Amino acid sequence: MKKDGNVYGNHISQSFNEELAALKSRFLEMGGLVETQVLQAVKALTERDAELANLVRDEDKVVDRYEMKIDDAAIHILARRQPTARDLRLVVSIIKAVSDLERIGDESKKIAKLALQLVEGDKTPNGLTEIRHIGQHVATMLNGALEAFARLDVEKAVEIIKEDKNVDAEYKTASRSLMTYMMEDPRTISECMSVMWVFRALERVGDHACNLAEHIVYMVEGEDVRHTKIDQLNEQLKRLD
Amino acid sequence: MSTNKTVRMSANDVRVFYGDKEAIKGVSVDIMENEVIAFIGPSGCGKSTFLRCLNRMNDTIEGCRVEGEITLDGNNIYDSRMDPVLLRARVGMVFQRPNPFPKSIYENVAYGPRIHGLASSKRDLDEIVEVSLSKAGLWDEVKDRLMEPGTGLSGGQQQRLCIARTIAVSPEVILMDEPCSALDPIATATVEELIEELSSQFSIAIVTHSMQQAARVSNRTAYFHLGKLIEVGDTDEVFTKPKNELTEAYITGRFG
Repeated sequence: MKKDGNVYGNHISQSFNEELAALKSRFLEMGGLVETQVLQAVKALTERDAELANLVRDEDKVVDRYEMKIDDAAIHILARRQPTARDLRLVVSIIKAVSDLERIGDESKKIAKLALQLVEGDKTPNGLTEIRHIGQHVATMLNGALEAFARLDVEKAVEIIKEDKNVDAEYKTASRSLMTYMMEDPRTISECMSVMWVFRALERVGDHACNLAEHIVYMVEGEDVRHTKIDQLNEQLKRLD
Repeated sequence: MSTNKTVRMSANDVRVFYGDKEAIKGVSVDIMENEVIAFIGPSGCGKSTFLRCLNRMNDTIEGCRVEGEITLDGNNIYDSRMDPVLLRARVGMVFQRPNPFPKSIYENVAYGPRIHGLASSKRDLDEIVEVSLSKAGLWDEVKDRLMEPGTGLSGGQQQRLCIARTIAVSPEVILMDEPCSALDPIATATVEELIEELSSQFSIAIVTHSMQQAARVSNRTAYFHLGKLIEVGDTDEVFTKPKNELTEAYITGRFG
């Protein structure tokens, strides 16, 4: 179900409209920044770009500040406006989603740090193709989640929730192939472990993108779809129509 | 869940006319045993008019006509055999402004039981007064000055005195018409706490302009708009996920 963009406007209180609009747009700004962080971290790693890795590491502070500012604004709205219904769901969803964004930021920073380690090695580590691939995959999921948020697009959010298991499968396959490298040549273990951590970080980004999508479903429909199997989720949403 | 409870009062397609004007347009709702149901809606939506139908307070208004059926424990309250005075003891009412009689605190509470013959001796009456004032959370504050005038109490105390007066005649249902709108926040909190305690014994229907109050005290919330009941549901549900756009517009403070 798609709704028009102004569902959070039209309050009698103009300043309440503005506060909610500001909260939403600040959240989307943070989302955009975090998405860039993921892409840049993967790029820094696969292109062995130390400068870019350092930049990602530093930018994480900006992500953290966004989190605090958004939480602060949300708490103010709760205290002063006592929002209800869709307004309440928006504010609560943002409070939850913002911590997922912040965690994605942390995972990006983790990847950037590992990139700095891997840059020091003299040969190209194994698994870069997989990193590029999974990185692209989870960044697309994140982008889709943010788009679903902006458009209140539940169908899109559900697609992203479903997509998570594909990322999990890619993560498993990639880890397994890395394991064979380690068995073939134990000298690569240390380096392979670093790459393994990157896989893990990216897989976590996918999980957080999936959480974001779940918050969006709650925000729009008021249905809690966390900890729900995919077929149950379909049932749950079908009942709404 | 309220669905497992017994129905105490039931309104079926109730319509109220003031002369030619239809103020309530076919409202059906049940009031369950031991529940607090809140009636909310913009001014003029009919919530107070509807509340006043539930103990026939509208009878006294010239040109007011009530159609449809309202039952209390299965009996139609508009039946000619129903004594409105007795009905108002069974379905008591607390008003917006505390309105104690210009008599002593004791007399305010004792008046109802006395005229309804609920006490056979002075001791009985004393006990009813004490129990009622205790249930209303007022006993400790007034036990040493029962003979002082009720009007000398603070606003919050006066409102609790009116509640004590209502419960002194052992009603089944208590109707409250914006009972806190003349009280400060602390007195409001005391009355709200009292509402919760009383709900273990009585059914309570409360009209309130404060949505936060409805959210705090009620199990179910009913939203009225232009004389119609738009939506009634569990308060949790109504305030987080209302079904109707009109309800949503009202509770979120939007242009309806």
